[in-house]
Amino acid sequence: MRLEYFQMVDKVLALDLEARTLRTANTVPDKSPIFEGHFPGHPLLPGVLLFEIMAQSCGMLLLRLHNYDRMAFLASVDKGKLRTFVVPGQVIEVFAEMVHDGSGYARLKAEGRVEGKLVCNAEVTLKTMPFPAPELRGYLLETAERIGMPMDAPAELGSAAPASAGNLTHV
Amino acid sequence: MSSTFETVANIIAETCDIPRENITPESHAIDDLGIDSLDFLDIAFAIDKAFGIKLPLESWTQEVNEGKATTEQYFVLKNLCARIDELIAAKSA
Repeated sequence: MRLEYFQMVDKVLALDLEARTLRTANTVPDKSPIFEGHFPGHPLLPGVLLFEIMAQSCGMLLLRLHNYDRMAFLASVDKGKLRTFVVPGQVIEVFAEMVHDGSGYARLKAEGRVEGKLVCNAEVTLKTMPFPAPELRGYLLETAERIGMPMDAPAELGSAAPASAGNLTHV
Repeated sequence: MSSTFETVANIIAETCDIPRENITPESHAIDDLGIDSLDFLDIAFAIDKAFGIKLPLESWTQEVNEGKATTEQYFVLKNLCARIDELIAAKSA
């Protein structure tokens, strides 16, 4: 992870396009300015960043399912639970699962584990829309390569939303 | 439409904590019931699941944003239910 750049996902462990699931591995860095304040003498990964790790893993899954033709933005986090402390050096494995891919939004479930122990879980809603900037799509394709996202088989788009889109924030 | 409306009204009541008696076929989801776009995502999710359809929220929103349709066409509940019935019929056709 590069916390200061919000690069939370390190590596794809498994992608199942049929089951619409993704498993990622994410190592909390040993050092970061964040730990100087959170907290002195007792460094902890902030809980909001655990939600971010889950949201980004969900986003990576959604982007892959849409073959990177749409961007995903976090819309809501429901039933979020932070179950134990996560400290520098630990590896968080996140399992993300698509629950429903709607028109312009998607609902997913995610959970994070450290050495098999559940540390966080939530239901994540992502809003999807065409990429607002071409360089953003390029950045995410570079990210896909960096984290080892399998890109060989295209996802079936039958249940995915169409590429043309509006903007739900303007409803 | 009546059973569709009952299902939709119950979903809205549960999702948004709105008294069921305040929800009528003439209610406008946004203007009368005060449902915002984020809450409407929850409603759309529940409607999709309940009826086995996918509300085309994106295209509706695009039409409204571009002035090609009014919010009343999609968000007055009797009209919303009519759209849902059309989607159900299209699915089983």
